[in-house]
Amino acid sequence: MKEPVKIKERPSSERGSNFDEVVLGYSEAEALEEAKRCLQCKNPLCSQGCPVGIDIKKFIKEITEKDYKSAYLTIKETNNFPSICGRVCPAEYQCRKACVLTKKGSVFASDNAINIHFLERFAGDFGKDEQVVNPSKPRAALSGKRVAVVGSGPASLCCAGELARNGVEVTIFEGLHKTGGVLRYGIPPFRLPRNMLDFEIDHLKKIGVKIVTSFIIGKAKTLDEIFAEGYSAIFLGLGAGIPSFLGVEGENLCNIYSANEFLTRVNLMEAYKYPQFHTPVNIGKSMVVIGGGNTAMDAARVALRLQKMAGLEPDTTVIYRRTEVEMPARRLEIHHAKEEGVKFEFLVQPVSFGGDKDGCVSALKVLKCELGEPDPSGRRRPVPVKGSETDIECDGVVIALGLQANTLLTNVVPGLKVDKYKDIVVDPETMATSLEGVYAGGDIVGGEGTVIEAMGMGKKAARAIIDHIA
Amino acid sequence: MKILYKENLVDIPGTKVTKIDIEAPHIAAKAKPGEFVVLMVSENGERLPLTVVNADVKKGAITLIFQEAGYSTALLGKMSVGDSLYSLVGPLGHATEIKNYGKVILVGGGVGIAEIYPVAAAFKKAGNLVTTILGARTKDILILEKELREASTELLVATDDGSYGRKGFTTDILNDLLSANKDYSLVYAVGPIPMMKKVAEATLPFKVKTVASLNALMVDGTGMCGCCRVTVGGHVKFSCVDGPEFDAHQVDWEELGKRNRVYIQKEKHICKLSLGGSSK
Ligand SMILES: Cc1cc2nc3c(=O)[nH]c(=O)nc-3n(C[C@H](O)[C@H](O)[C@H](O)COP(=O)(O)OP(=O)(O)OC[C@H]3O[C@@H](n4cnc5c(N)ncnc54)[C@H](O)[C@@H]3O)c2cc1C
Ligand SMILES: Cc1cc2nc3c(=O)[nH]c(=O)nc-3n(C[C@H](O)[C@H](O)[C@H](O)COP(=O)(O)OP(=O)(O)OC[C@H]3O[C@@H](n4cnc5c(N)ncnc54)[C@H](O)[C@@H]3O)c2cc1C
Ligand code: SF4
Ligand code: SF4
Ligand code: FES
Repeated sequence: MKEPVKIKERPSSERGSNFDEVVLGYSEAEALEEAKRCLQCKNPLCSQGCPVGIDIKKFIKEITEKDYKSAYLTIKETNNFPSICGRVCPAEYQCRKACVLTKKGSVFASDNAINIHFLERFAGDFGKDEQVVNPSKPRAALSGKRVAVVGSGPASLCCAGELARNGVEVTIFEGLHKTGGVLRYGIPPFRLPRNMLDFEIDHLKKIGVKIVTSFIIGKAKTLDEIFAEGYSAIFLGLGAGIPSFLGVEGENLCNIYSANEFLTRVNLMEAYKYPQFHTPVNIGKSMVVIGGGNTAMDAARVALRLQKMAGLEPDTTVIYRRTEVEMPARRLEIHHAKEEGVKFEFLVQPVSFGGDKDGCVSALKVLKCELGEPDPSGRRRPVPVKGSETDIECDGVVIALGLQANTLLTNVVPGLKVDKYKDIVVDPETMATSLEGVYAGGDIVGGEGTVIEAMGMGKKAARAIIDHIA
Repeated sequence: MKILYKENLVDIPGTKVTKIDIEAPHIAAKAKPGEFVVLMVSENGERLPLTVVNADVKKGAITLIFQEAGYSTALLGKMSVGDSLYSLVGPLGHATEIKNYGKVILVGGGVGIAEIYPVAAAFKKAGNLVTTILGARTKDILILEKELREASTELLVATDDGSYGRKGFTTDILNDLLSANKDYSLVYAVGPIPMMKKVAEATLPFKVKTVASLNALMVDGTGMCGCCRVTVGGHVKFSCVDGPEFDAHQVDWEELGKRNRVYIQKEKHICKLSLGGSSK
């Protein structure tokens, strides 16, 4: 069997001082070669690994036939934004892990598994560049019906697109001044160039979706008021927006950021172009990032770039309490972070922060850990070793420990059922909430997940909404 | 988001305070005393939190009063009637709990005077006897005196230099009031951090409930980033969604003061670069 086709990447030496995209994608010849490696299994396991069940076998076959348009449309049947997913989807835990070419029992996909995500990106970019249109199919029964979509993350964008294609009048209300949710404020442009996102959002506008930014539902308008204005249904794609902190001493010292604040300053407010953009961010000589997920990798790679841009010797360390295999981040991001010079310290757990006289962080105290018995997630639990405290000197810290439900709206809607994590409770078949005509999806349902899961839920909700209002 | 009206309230070297009315019907319809908005002057601007000083439902407009503290407020000050902001979101934060407490004292310092105005008016309307204490460095920078006189039962002024009212600090007047009379149920303060801290210290021995509206640095103003976190009674709170008002006796003032100075070097730099010299 042929070797997997490597994806072209910007050399790490060229990545330091800019936010340009790192993964450059397959050429046509490379895509063809990779697509040909697919065994076209009788019983394609890959699709079972994809949260939205993309017909992977079919779109790969279409690529081998050079029918890229069909490949694009095949993906679009279940995934509205292939160019985005092809860039950010953790395929090694999903479709690629399920691919027959992955060794049985491995934690994530084997290298040999088909590079489904890269092929998806190739087909997605083809569709985008060639302006392939997924034709709208307005339904008479839906004409004149209006639906409000709250939030503009992937769940909402997907739901809005699906509704609009069926002829529903959709208005998106987004609290921030720009759309995209985490795709805009969280994921850095070197992973997801902003023109990808803008393209998809412009397309929504073209098919008639109205977008109102800087508008918080629950503050500027209630759900009841939306219904009273004549909307037939509401979709809530509120996301998991509230950063978790460690709850240890010294955590409010200056220059300790949540990943959300750090990334929002840089990605949304474009602090990396300060002073041309006016929002500042403080970048230290020694940065520490706490966590092991995508957010931690993004924060570390951003921190490293900012150090280089400021003319500092790059010095950014990721601290994680388990080991590399247990890190929930995409493997590619871990690989890129290392390549770019991010350092890793495994099996250490933060204990407290120390500061200087101005109240700025100057050190992080950590305990060494050992791996103990598996926890409910199946990963071995880190157990701190008594008396193993050490201090790590640092003058900037980013805490990337995950996010909790955004409660701005759910706190003020009586009767909307939420669970103990403040996530909205839905019927998994329809994404309907406890309130008539109100649906929800994305990270506000079931906690932090992935872009493709959020989109899947948005799409499922759109179908249920159509049934409800038609 | 169009600026409908603009007035310089104070314009002397070193201190510039401006009042603007902005078209924002959806915010005007909802805003309650104590709430704030976050605005951006331009697409490359900062997100700037300012208190809603007045909401005029009929005109569909809100009033903001701001002191030029640095780059972003200076840019806002340069905008003219007819110009539009890049973005404006609100109302944000918890509204002040308005009820009949009986006798209340409001303390406003500097531009904080603007922030107590809607609260004073609402307290008076709810039947409270409202004593308002205003503090300013000097007479020329005292704002909203006439308006607050109307919105209060009694108005007292302190200036640092004695150019108007009593010479000294708002807390001197506050101390005298509380010593002379034991039946105040609430003290509400907005102003510079050192003033709010002193107010909290002054009322503590009298065991009077004391509320301060904090001005922690913010980014989104919706609970998403934690930039605005403050320690209150040993617990971490987000000012924008848990506040901005908190029990002044429980606030870690020193921490707040330090956190609010974290970008001071950068701010000086951008002001020098872009405004031609410090705006201070
Ligand atoms: C830094 C980071 C990196 C990540 N990397 C990856 C990755 O590589 N691959 C992957 O698959 N997943 C990744 N994820 C996870 C993924 O981004 C999320 O699962 C996904 O974005 C969730 O989408 P959503 O639509 O639920 O909401 P979000 O993207 O969270 O968007 C919600 C939006 O709703 C708005 N909103 C909330 N409340 C209101 C209201 N009341 N009124 C109006 N607007 C409101 C918010 O402002 C926000 O814009 C990452 C997450 C982070 C934070
Ligand atoms: C909820 C809330 C309501 C507010 N309401 C008002 C109001 O009605 N009128 C008004 O004039 N101001 C108000 N502020 C303060 C206002 O937001 C700041 O003055 C402004 O952000 C300063 O921005 P700048 O870029 O002009 O100054 P910067 O250059 O950022 O700062 C200049 C100086 O001001 C200090 N500073 C910066 N931000 C703040 C802040 N948030 N609080 C205190 N000091 C700060 C800096 O440390 C520095 O010394 C409010 C703040 C909050 C959080
Ligand atoms: S969306 Fe993600 S999981 Fe599904 S096929 Fe594409 S890369 Fe794989
Ligand atoms: S499981 Fe792997 S090899 Fe089989 S069809 Fe799917 S991608 Fe191709
Ligand atoms: S300003 Fe971001 S959480 Fe309060």
